[in-house]
Amino acid sequence: MKKLSWFNATSLTLGFAFLYIPMIILVVFSFNGGRNVAIWGGFSTKWYGELFNDEKFLNAAFITLRVALATATLATILGTIAAYVLVRGGRFYGRSLFAGMTYAPLVMPDVILGLSLLLLFKVMFSQSGMLTVILAHTTFTMCYVSVVVSSRLVSFDKSLEEAASDLGASAFDTFISVTLPNIAPAVISGWLLAFTLSLDDLVIASFTTGPGATTLPIEIFSEVRRGVKPQINALSTIMIGIVTVGVLIFSILSKRQIAQRLRDEKRAEASA
Amino acid sequence: MAQPHKTPVVFAPWENPTEKPLIEFKGVTKRFGDFTAIDNLTLNIYQREFFALLGPSGCGKTTLMRMLAGFEDPTEGAILLGGQDIVPVPPNKRPVNMMFQSYALFPHLSVWDNIAFGLRRSDMPRDQIGERVQEMLRLTRLESFAKRKPHQISGGQRQRVALARSLAKAPRLLLLDEPLGALDKKLRNETQFELMDIQEKTGTTFVIVTHDQEEAMTVASRIAVMDHGKLIQVDTPAGIYEAPNSVYVADFIGDVNIIEGNAKRIEGGIEIHYAEGAAPIRAMTDLDIADGQRVSYAIRPEKIAVSSEPLTDRANHARGKIIDIGYLGHLSSYFVTLGNGQKVEASMTNARRLSRRDFTWDDQVCLSWTDTAGVVLTR
Ligand SMILES: Nc1ncnc2c1ncn2[C@@H]1O[C@H](COP(=O)(O)OP(=O)(O)O)[C@@H](O)[C@H]1O
Ligand SMILES: [Mg+2]
Repeated sequence: MKKLSWFNATSLTLGFAFLYIPMIILVVFSFNGGRNVAIWGGFSTKWYGELFNDEKFLNAAFITLRVALATATLATILGTIAAYVLVRGGRFYGRSLFAGMTYAPLVMPDVILGLSLLLLFKVMFSQSGMLTVILAHTTFTMCYVSVVVSSRLVSFDKSLEEAASDLGASAFDTFISVTLPNIAPAVISGWLLAFTLSLDDLVIASFTTGPGATTLPIEIFSEVRRGVKPQINALSTIMIGIVTVGVLIFSILSKRQIAQRLRDEKRAEASA
Repeated sequence: MAQPHKTPVVFAPWENPTEKPLIEFKGVTKRFGDFTAIDNLTLNIYQREFFALLGPSGCGKTTLMRMLAGFEDPTEGAILLGGQDIVPVPPNKRPVNMMFQSYALFPHLSVWDNIAFGLRRSDMPRDQIGERVQEMLRLTRLESFAKRKPHQISGGQRQRVALARSLAKAPRLLLLDEPLGALDKKLRNETQFELMDIQEKTGTTFVIVTHDQEEAMTVASRIAVMDHGKLIQVDTPAGIYEAPNSVYVADFIGDVNIIEGNAKRIEGGIEIHYAEGAAPIRAMTDLDIADGQRVSYAIRPEKIAVSSEPLTDRANHARGKIIDIGYLGHLSSYFVTLGNGQKVEASMTNARRLSRRDFTWDDQVCLSWTDTAGVVLTR
């Protein structure tokens, strides 16, 4: 391993500090025994206990989870189809317009997206609620899925699909039995991305939510405006923990898979 | 040697006017934008043929195959299979299978499932599929690899899986796009004979694309030499080699000497005056050539004998100096410059050990060949 120069070491340290010090403070203070959020009052896990007795937070967490699950699934289906059509559809009429429109929400300010969806839902539905949040989240996460999946599709050898069709598979059959299994990693990444985007969205959810559909970010935000409750630190720590564990498992699994593949290929060449 | 009392059945359906072709290209043109990949091509391919498409890279071989498989539609013209127009038929409904240049094996499926893929989508009863897959595995000697994934087998095995997969449905027509390109020479030779064997056993019609002329000569019943989307010559390997119709074809297949000169008609052929003071070349030809017409004379190195004195039983002689000798083991190539500076290659079988060779660098020698050894070409 090469030694880092002092300049690189310093910028690395500063960069990571900038990213992670706030989170470390948050995690540390979630175990604070005192009532004041800014003063250390000894180690305690009592805020975790209180969190699990707080009906409002638990309810909001449950709603958020359901919204995120529904959003991720819907966005993955729609985003994958959009990517497939854009990459494989050839040069059909209006392709560039369609592509542009698919990716526009990536750069559209959340406030504008939220507002326009609010206006639309006012016309379409008598009342906003979980459904409207799910629809709104699907709209803006779909394009992220589409980007992830199309980059995989572009590098995916088209002759595999031709081979399938040559062997008698219909277009739909080819997609299900050849394309999908091969782009699955990208589809799963897209699903996870949509899931996390939906999980922590505040702006668009605020515009499109209604009675009985208060998501966790909205709940936290409105609580914090009345002063930071220590339970929120506890809640955030749990979320950080879940995300970290998820990422770790994902990367270990994919690393193992790559190593296994390399071993297989070596053995195959050796036995030839 | 074949037994003299048994006349071998010559396979030449293209010479039989009552024979119905399996595939007919009728004035087919394919354009990509304003680039013409296939240019008004007409061609018949017959049942049980092993038909080779030969030509430089980019001449349209793959495009021709892809039109047969159904991945490209001709811009103009018609393609018939068994007398029926197949242009409107989608690839998954054609009785045609293709072995892809890249093999295109499904990486997520085992060897067994790759081979069964097409059968599962045919009307073959479920209980017969296993049997058929087993048969294909036996044919391609892959029985012990059935459970492996494509990345767990070697390149040569992958190529055999691709072959087994495209053969499994017993298509009427099998398309092979540079199937052996990725193999080393020894494996390639083995596989060529395997392919011919399989073709014999199954009776399938094969169309093979290759840029390896030796491969085409080995496997094919007929060869089509292509250039810029056009067919230059379609003939048997021997016909292409011994009677090329143009300098392009002569030059494309094997080594050849091209000598240019002016023609003078004689009984049964022409004399070619190629150099001041040199004896003209006498050549038999059926072509109708005018006196003084510029022609090319193509002659293969192995048709020219090298000796110290002229061989009087041969009609043509030329004197020159050996400037280079290429030793290829079974034969030696002599590069000789004639008086006018014309370079000619002649090759002789090394019937004796090298130490006893008769000629060496800078020797004056005489080249001799008969009046039917070369071909007169006008284009
Ligand atoms: N889809 C396509 N779009 C544009 N040009 C193409 C396409 N496919 C092939 N070509 C062109 O057509 C020509 C013939 O290609 P191809 O049939 O692949 O040649 P070969 O297989 O003989 O090497 C090439 O010049 C190639 O660039
Ligand atoms: Mg090609």
